[in-house]
Order: sequence, then C-alpha cells, then structure tokens
Amino acid sequence: MTFNDTLRTAVFALRGNWMRSALTSLGVIIGIAAVIIMVSVGQGTQSEINKLVSGLGSNRLDISSGAGNQGGIRTGAGSQWTLTDEDASAIRAQIPEVQYVAAGIRGGSQLVYAENNWSTSWQGVQPDFFDINNWKIAQGENLQAQDYSSAAKSVVIGETVRLNLFGEEDAVGQSIRIGKVPFKVVGVLAPKGQGGFGQDQDDIVMIPLDTARRRLSGSTSRPPGAVQQIAIGVTRAEDLAYVQEEVEVLMRERHKIAPGAEDDFSVRNIAEIVATRTAATKVMSYLLGAVAGISLLVGGIGIMNIMLVSVTERIREIGLRMAVGAGPGDIQRQFLAEAMLISFGGGAIGTAIGVLGALAVSKFSQDLPVQLDWQVVLLAVVCSVSTGLFFGFYPARKASQLDPIEALRHQG
Amino acid sequence: MKNNFVIETQALSKVYHPGTQAEVVALDAVDLKISAGEFVAIMGASGSGKSTLMNLVGCLDKPSSGRYLCDGVDVSTLDREELAKLRLSKLGFIFQGFNLLTRMDALHNVMMPLGYANTPMAERVSLAQKALDAVGLSGRSTHLPGELSGGQQQRVAIARAIINNPPIILADEPTGALDSRTGEEILDLFKRLKNEGHTMVLITHDAKVAEHADRICVMRDGKLFESEKAA
Repeated sequence: MTFNDTLRTAVFALRGNWMRSALTSLGVIIGIAAVIIMVSVGQGTQSEINKLVSGLGSNRLDISSGAGNQGGIRTGAGSQWTLTDEDASAIRAQIPEVQYVAAGIRGGSQLVYAENNWSTSWQGVQPDFFDINNWKIAQGENLQAQDYSSAAKSVVIGETVRLNLFGEEDAVGQSIRIGKVPFKVVGVLAPKGQGGFGQDQDDIVMIPLDTARRRLSGSTSRPPGAVQQIAIGVTRAEDLAYVQEEVEVLMRERHKIAPGAEDDFSVRNIAEIVATRTAATKVMSYLLGAVAGISLLVGGIGIMNIMLVSVTERIREIGLRMAVGAGPGDIQRQFLAEAMLISFGGGAIGTAIGVLGALAVSKFSQDLPVQLDWQVVLLAVVCSVSTGLFFGFYPARKASQLDPIEALRHQG
Repeated sequence: MKNNFVIETQALSKVYHPGTQAEVVALDAVDLKISAGEFVAIMGASGSGKSTLMNLVGCLDKPSSGRYLCDGVDVSTLDREELAKLRLSKLGFIFQGFNLLTRMDALHNVMMPLGYANTPMAERVSLAQKALDAVGLSGRSTHLPGELSGGQQQRVAIARAIINNPPIILADEPTGALDSRTGEEILDLFKRLKNEGHTMVLITHDAKVAEHADRICVMRDGKLFESEKAA
C-alpha cells in the first residue's frame, strides 16, 4: 500500500469519528501549546538574567573594606576604610591575571543646577572603573588622565541625573554643584536602565577619586590613601576563583593579618551571586517545562486510549482487510498513520495557539519576559510527531498481530 | 509431471491444542484436488471441520502437518506478510455476513483491495465500476451498504472478491443470510463466474445450495469424502 493510500484511509477513518478525533487531539493541542508558552517564558527569564550579568560586568571581583571591630562591637562592612590606593596598585602589580583595577569611594550629595536640584550618589573612581562596569559615554567625553592627576572638579553624570537637572538642556560643559562644591559636567553616561536588583543604575555621578577624597568625603581623620572599595576586572572568567584567592592572600599579607584572625576586608564575586540566581531560574524553567511535558504525556495517553478503542471497534474491518490481502505491515501503518495524524494535527494547532499565547503573554504581562524562537517551535513539532509515534505504536502493533480468522469471526 | 490443480492438499491436517486434554483433530489427512475452472461445494455439518479447511485453503491459517499448494505455491514456507500477498493475488473471499465497510459506498468497498495491490489510482474507479457492472449493480455505486438489500450487498462483496481477478474464489455460506430466491440469484452469478474461468469453492451445510456445484465434497469428523452428485 502506498503512503498516499495509507494517508487517505487514515483520514477517512478519522473523519468518520471526527468528534472523537478532535477531542483526542485536544490533549496534544493543550500539551504542545503549554510546552511552547512555558519554554518561551523560561527562556525569556533566562535571557533577562544574561542581560543582567553583562550589565554588571561579568569577570569582576569587588573588595570592600571589612567589618570593623571596636571593642567587641562589630560595625558594618565598609564602615572602616581599611583599603588603600596602594592595595589597588599592589594587586595590579602582583597578580598578572588582573586586567583592570579601580579603587573608589562613594557617598551621597545634593546636586544643584540653576533652579533644579537632585539627590543622588557619587562615586570617586579611578580610570579602570568604566571598563570594569561597562560604562560608556553617550555625550561629551570621559574623565581624562589630567582630571585624575590634578583632582579636577570634573564630573560625568548618569542619564537619570541629566534628566532631572537639565531636562531638555545640553548638560555637557555646564557647571553644577555637588554639595557646596562647583563641578563642570564633561560627559553623560550611556543609560544602563534598571539593574538586576531593581535599582536605577543611571542615578549616579562619577568624579576622579582624588577629587572626591579632597572635596566631598567629609572626614579628615581617615588615613591618607584610604578607600572603601576596590573593583577588579579579570581577563578570563575561568580565572575568577583563582584570582579571588590570590587577592585574599595578598591582602592578608599586606594588612598583616595573623593566621586565624578575621579579615578586615571582604572579596565578593558577583558572578557567583548571579550564578545562584541563574540556577534558581533554571530550576524554575525546568519545572515549567516538566508541567508542560506532563500535559503532553497525558495527551499522548489519550491518543493511545482512543487508538486501542478504535482497534477493538474495528476488529472485523481489520480481519476483512487482512482477508482481502492487507499484510500486518499495512494494518500497522494504517493505525500508526491515524495516531500520527491526530498528534501532528494537534501539534500544528497547538503550535499556532502556543505562539499566539506566548506573544500575548509578552504583550500583556510586564513581569514575565518571553523569548520565542524557532527552536521551541521545532521542539514542539518533534514532540507532537514522536508522541503520535510512541503512543500509536502499541495499538497499531496490536492491530497488526490480530489473527484474521478470529478477527473476522468477532461479533460486535 | 505437470498438473493444473489450483488447489492441491496432501495429507493436510490441523490439530488444535496438540498434546493436551483439549486436543481436537479438526482436519485429518485431507487430500483435496481442485482443477482450474471447477465449481466445487464442500459440505458438512457444523463441527465437521469445513471451516478449518476453508481457513487453510484461504491461506488464513497454517496446517499442523501436510502440504498445501495454492496455485502451485507451497504455503507452509510463507510468513504472515507473504500469506497476505498470496491472498491478495490468488484468492477472493465471500462471507455469509457480506463484511462490507458500512461507512464506504459500494464503489469504495469494491475498490478497497486495489490499494493493497498498489493499483494506480487512475485505474481504480473504472476497474471497480466494471466489477459492479459484472454483478449487475451498475447504478448502485454511490449507495452505502445500509441502503442496499441483502442480495445487493452480497453482490458488492462478490464484486470486491473478483476485483483483483484472483484464480480462486472462496465463498463461506454465501446464501446463509439471504432468502432462497435471492440465494438462487447469487448462485447463478457463481456459475457465471465459473464460466468466466474462476475456480469457485463453496462452503455450505445446505445440500440444496451444494447442488449447484459441479462436484460435491463432504466433510465428516475431519475427513473429506467425495460425493457422487445426484444428477
């Protein structure tokens, strides 16, 4: 029997019981649509996280000044400025895997331009800071070597700050006050948008480290060259853990911390934090996929159930077909074709619904990022076809193994 | 030595449940020889083994021992697929209960075996129409079986049996579900088919029906006896 014949016969049989065929394929429709929507949501979340990782700058370590301990009362991390410029220089000099190093201090101030004012945080930075954090300049220019060396009162502002102080006006070249100190705006940062933890990354201004130290950080009691944090960029992501150890050893040595004593600094590997979050969402998308897979499984069992009923109902037909010359292979192919048609038809409709559903979710929901790509659709098609093959095989096999004599004699 | 038997059995036996308490010898060393173009009736009471013989001759079952040459082909060496191919090319079946597919019209019922024979699509309708013409149902090709009388349904089944032009036609109680007049018409049709060169094998318990055949064999307790036809 030709493929064409097999297909015609199967279509004819399914049309004869179209209500049942439609209900059976509904199981596959729901399963496939669920797979597409769930996987799309899962992938959307995944890519959101990836965006977050690249926004943070992935190959980085952050050293912060350690928790202080004053007479047994422990103060928060960063409260003691135990790090210095020299620590940063030493890291750069002694650990070759390190690509960028930037020491920094930070604070918050009121910014004023003309009649506008805005409260924001400032960062006193070293040049590498922009590379480590992937900051780009959108207007004007970055802080220059000369700005750093002369502790110039130059500032680069974030997009949010620009909007709030300048609105439609051109910011570059204007003079603003940070606290009481006048600064000249030399550049505007390219916006980064919302950070991974929901904060506005663009609500910030950057000034040279020495300027910040001299003009903005109020206290004079700190040791010369003290900083709150050192950001480190590592050339290769694989080296992160190794560099982290190296940095810890070097810092303990430099800070003369006895073995067993508590560190006066802490090294954070942001990639690790992100990895934890990625793992959590991965588990989540696997769960979503599993739920969708189960509904597909249920749809498949529905096919198997109906095909078994169909074989039983049509035993005489099978016997007759065998008597007039249909071989076991012909019978098996016919029933397999019916199962495949149900599942493939259901898969096609389910794919359409799934794609529309995924688009609808991405349109109407802000919280659920959706990423739909052709691999998912391919996956769905493969799933539907293999569901039909897998769950149709047993009933078809059963039909083909019938004894023609018994089948012809069957009553009912 | 050449012979032209289309059906030749040699000591054909069929034993059900051999070696157990329930052992039944349904067929006991049957030697049946039917030449091409004969019209043979096989008679017997129920339980005599005639259905078993019919199943074996129809290549639907395999013998326990003995040989069966179907149009010269030794059936015992064939597997299920090959048996199906043999049925397709050598045999046409006619049943007591017609066994038409109720959802297909007469034409498509007749066409059904052509799919398994891989007959080109374009030829099928004209072949089926010709077969329906041959059984006198030219105008009924689009009727569903439920819209036809018993005699007409059996004619559709006969058209289906001859569609692949097989040398042997096996009819199992073909008139059993019909009134006697319609039955006569069907048997007349058989005679015509026989005259057109088909070998007709008619299984029946009814002596009156068997009368129509050229030759009558009687099954009794699994054994086959030739019966002289009362002329």
